[in-house]
Amino acid sequence: MIVLGIESSCDETGIALFDSHKGLLAHQIHSQIDLHADYGGVVPELASRDHIQRLIPLTQSVLKASHLALSDLSGIAYTQGPGLMGALMAGASYAMSLAFSLKIPAIGIHHMEGHLMAPLLEENPPDFPFLALLVSGGHTQLVYVYEMGHYEILGESIDDAAGEAFDKTAKMLGLGYPGGPEIARWAQEGDANRFRFPRPMTDRPGLDFSFSGLKTHTLTTYESTAKTPKDRHDVAAGFQQAVVDTLIIKTRRALEETGLKRLVVAGGVSANHLMREKLRLMTQKVGCEVFFPRLEFCGDNGAMIAFAGLRRLEARERNNLEFNVRPRWPLSELKALSTPRGL
Amino acid sequence: MKLLAIDTATEACSAALLLDHQWIERFEIAPRQHNQLILGMVQSVLDEADLSLNALDGIAFGAGPGSFTGIRIAAGVAQGLAFGLGLHVAPISTLKAMAFEAFSKHTHELAAVAIDARMEEIYWGIYRRLTDGSLDALIEDQVIRPEDVLMPDGKNMLAVGTGWATYGDLLTAKTQTLNTLIEPQTFPRASAIAQLGAIVLANEEGVPPESVLPLYLRNNVAKKMAERFRVE
Repeated sequence: MIVLGIESSCDETGIALFDSHKGLLAHQIHSQIDLHADYGGVVPELASRDHIQRLIPLTQSVLKASHLALSDLSGIAYTQGPGLMGALMAGASYAMSLAFSLKIPAIGIHHMEGHLMAPLLEENPPDFPFLALLVSGGHTQLVYVYEMGHYEILGESIDDAAGEAFDKTAKMLGLGYPGGPEIARWAQEGDANRFRFPRPMTDRPGLDFSFSGLKTHTLTTYESTAKTPKDRHDVAAGFQQAVVDTLIIKTRRALEETGLKRLVVAGGVSANHLMREKLRLMTQKVGCEVFFPRLEFCGDNGAMIAFAGLRRLEARERNNLEFNVRPRWPLSELKALSTPRGL
Repeated sequence: MKLLAIDTATEACSAALLLDHQWIERFEIAPRQHNQLILGMVQSVLDEADLSLNALDGIAFGAGPGSFTGIRIAAGVAQGLAFGLGLHVAPISTLKAMAFEAFSKHTHELAAVAIDARMEEIYWGIYRRLTDGSLDALIEDQVIRPEDVLMPDGKNMLAVGTGWATYGDLLTAKTQTLNTLIEPQTFPRASAIAQLGAIVLANEEGVPPESVLPLYLRNNVAKKMAERFRVE
């Protein structure tokens, strides 16, 4: 079975081909970072306008790279949500109509399920069950993954997502966009211990996160300085350290509370080097294995959607012609895969 | 020519199958339900004609102007169908399709078409009926404040589209035209898009699916950081 995966939930168009026997055949990601940079953040209408121009050229490109034709496809998976309404709709309209014209099944995939499954694309994939730390521009969640489709949210951010806090803080410091890589770059030459930053909500029980107060604290700290480049380096370093520490403390707590021995880290922020390093150390200390997607699959991509789609299509799931998108869609609403019938 | 046409640009949603000079159409006023309806409508017209997708010669779609999400759904569907079937596409102006629809019911020579574009503007175009039945744009499709439109004089004219309901007073104040018939409840229809699309494809002016894009007309959708700071 060969599945075309289409991701268009935010500011990246990702298209991939996944083969149930050969694995990932090809993938392409078109990032809109340059398009949105002048606006200081993602402009939903511009994102949607870009997606609709990229879908066919990227599809042609992955087909060409795999020496395949449209007639070789057995199914199409697309991101159905959560995400930006117009961006999701562009991908869904194209995906559903292409599947309709080829008379093959199509399935809408939960974007975060895609991220959760991304480490399963690697050489040594984790077995179920595992704990997942999902950290992106839109989400910060600790998830108990019993099996594909069966998820329990153990904790999540009650305000800003970690990636969002990075973006907003970068903006306050007058750094570029997107904020995550910029903060990390400035933090490299900074002294993380010069200013005191809180580790929000770590002093009380529970697995929820909050990054909004930390963001405000960072602004107050920065405003109290002379705003020299050194101040910027140090504030960026202190802020990054505080976010990473907070994530680590809660993740460790979740591992201890659940007794799970495998940790999966996914989402755009999982590309952060400091976080990867500290998570490796922490999991070693508590005797757990940690799994990351390869760097290019930390952010949004079509490969994870193609892979999740393949699993669901194999379980005989498919959409009917009345397609819909879900800009807000709780992960906990998903259902475990049914056993394939007639196999 | 066997041509499939779709339109999701406004509150209306429709699909039509043109079989030479006859057509089968599904049409509904269904705001924000286009994604749920459009492929079912396509299936339904094909079923009624007992025709397979592979028998089609081309695709036409209402390219805009209209709701941004609506015209992107139409473009995405047209792209998906045409790419999968290896067909060319005729992008048709929704304003032109509305003029075509209005001309089919009346004998007037001109149609001034207006869709409410929000932000105190309208999508605006004026079409003239030629003797061979084709349409010629007297005023090209544009986004404009209703008080700034240029109105032709002399000829009898059809005033078409929801823009004439929202900005009726402003627009009618400009019409010195005798015999203006106001038809605000005219929507773009896939049957009109199919007939206009057939002319485009017959003239080999169709585009490949990767070139299929919506016609937005309004392009200033956000302010850049630099522009924002300049204003403040």
